[in-house]
Amino acid sequence: MTITVNSPQKSPQKLWRIWRQNNRRQQTLGAIVLGTLFLLGIIVSPWFLGESGLSTVLTQRNQPPSLAHLFGTDWLGRDMLRRSLHGLSLSLRVGLLAASVSALIGTGLGLAAGTFGGWVDAVIIWIVDVFFSLPHLVLLILIAFAVGGGTKGVIIAVALTHWTSLARVIRAEVLQTNSSDYVHLSRHLGKSSLWIARHHMVPHIVPQLLVGLILLFPHAILHEAALSFIGIGLSPHLPAIGIILAESMRHLSTGYWWLGVMPGILLLLAVKAFDWLGENLRSLFDPKTSQG
Amino acid sequence: MQIRLLLVFAAQKLLRLGRLLMAVAVFTFVLLSFSPIDPVKAYIGADMMQISADQQALIAERWGLDQPMWSRFLDWLGQLLQGNLGTSLVFNQPVSEVIASRFQASLQMLAIAWLLSGLLGLALGLIAGALEGHWIDRLIRLYAYTLASSPTFWVALLLLIVFAVSFKIAPICCAAPPGVLSQNVTFWQHLHHLLLPAVALSIIGIANIALHTRQKLIDVLHSDYVLFARAQGESLWNIVRYHGFRNILLPAITLQFASLSELFGGSVLVEQVFAYPGLGEATVQAALRSDIPLLVGIVFFSALFVYTGNTLADLSYPIIDPRIRLGGQ
Repeated sequence: MTITVNSPQKSPQKLWRIWRQNNRRQQTLGAIVLGTLFLLGIIVSPWFLGESGLSTVLTQRNQPPSLAHLFGTDWLGRDMLRRSLHGLSLSLRVGLLAASVSALIGTGLGLAAGTFGGWVDAVIIWIVDVFFSLPHLVLLILIAFAVGGGTKGVIIAVALTHWTSLARVIRAEVLQTNSSDYVHLSRHLGKSSLWIARHHMVPHIVPQLLVGLILLFPHAILHEAALSFIGIGLSPHLPAIGIILAESMRHLSTGYWWLGVMPGILLLLAVKAFDWLGENLRSLFDPKTSQG
Repeated sequence: MQIRLLLVFAAQKLLRLGRLLMAVAVFTFVLLSFSPIDPVKAYIGADMMQISADQQALIAERWGLDQPMWSRFLDWLGQLLQGNLGTSLVFNQPVSEVIASRFQASLQMLAIAWLLSGLLGLALGLIAGALEGHWIDRLIRLYAYTLASSPTFWVALLLLIVFAVSFKIAPICCAAPPGVLSQNVTFWQHLHHLLLPAVALSIIGIANIALHTRQKLIDVLHSDYVLFARAQGESLWNIVRYHGFRNILLPAITLQFASLSELFGGSVLVEQVFAYPGLGEATVQAALRSDIPLLVGIVFFSALFVYTGNTLADLSYPIIDPRIRLGGQ
């Protein structure tokens, strides 16, 4: 019988095993940190990149992706990677702002519907139903048009149309907690409404809110991009990701595929990163999975 | 008995539709009357410089813009109830005619996309659910999750790049070859121009229905009656066929009809990419060129469209599941 003793620090398999033995909580935390860093990196990238690579270099027009220009260059010789990062950063900031406002509206209305009940609840549920009865994009176009279009139009339209599902979730959560035994018990013990709200409601609603907010971001960003793409959103002078993709349409038939493909991949990655972040946060907060 | 139930059901549905359209009317009116867009300016457009302030005031008076808001709303509602949606400024035709002709063009695309996404989504969901944990399941899930988070217009753009620019097997735009009058377009030319937008549109719906079907099938396969069927030596495919399929069909059909709303929104983007002259493209035109009557008409029409979808779903339940009766208990 031979006993082989590996030095535990050095072999890669061992390291992998140690990583696998890390409990799920640490893996989830790692995923959250990674996703956050990636998205923060995109958002702050314009300040690090500055204006370099955005000037016209006519000698380097329409170059396909290469090591020097990972995303290729456009018809004015501008580096598409830098343009895409600038555009995506702008889109993310617009989307984040709109989604945050939307989350505030959703939380406020959800809390109001759940706490007050009666006609307040009926009215809020009715508004949610009316919102669901129109195609989302048509509603977005209508609101963006009515408030005068432009950046303001996109932000208002996205903010006003994304709160509905979060309001429903928060309302359901409040109703459920309100009818639970421990809240009844607290009431009978003479605790004030404020105390109940502070100790029984907030711990339930804050995680829901946080996860709901993060899962709102990808929708908001995609809708911002869509509105800009069809020309109702940000003005062409602010090259958001939707504008860059719309511009690429004009150069499609000439075979400059990278103008449309590469910025889209970046947008897709950002949206997936938000989804990933939201799912991991959910599993961290959800008592069913957080201890695994 | 059956007929009476059906009548009650229809009456309930019509009442709800009326209430809904009323809500949409109030919402649209309030939104547009608080908007900073000047209706006179939007109507006159580029000729604004040639029209004096007096004449502008005359137009405003003729339109009743000096009236209080509620009386304007009642006027407008009265016209709507008579079926008068106004005249489109962009197309210079009654709004109802524009919507009718544009919707006809979109309808075929929507129908192909709807059927395609439903069938493909159901099939992928069934395969993934039956082979839970298998690499095929992982592949389908990866595909569905990626599709769920990719922008519709970008997917359409990709299809255009691959099939129209690289392989040159699909036309790059429009509903007919250039230079051909609309009455001379053959059926094949028509289908040729229709197919790629329809495929692009169907891709949105696939992910949702596939993932839900998969989850539902997994739930069914973990049930006691399937365990019993397995113990009797039933094969996996027979279990899926006899025990899984009906149970899955109900949520799938609900989702599929509910997806009409997203399909309509998607058609706006897809038609924009393919320059396909349908209702979605008209929506963008109306918004970009301040054609308020057309935009409002499309908003009403889309609400009707979504509502019809949901009603059809309600009607299909008793056919699939005999335990469900129309109009509840």
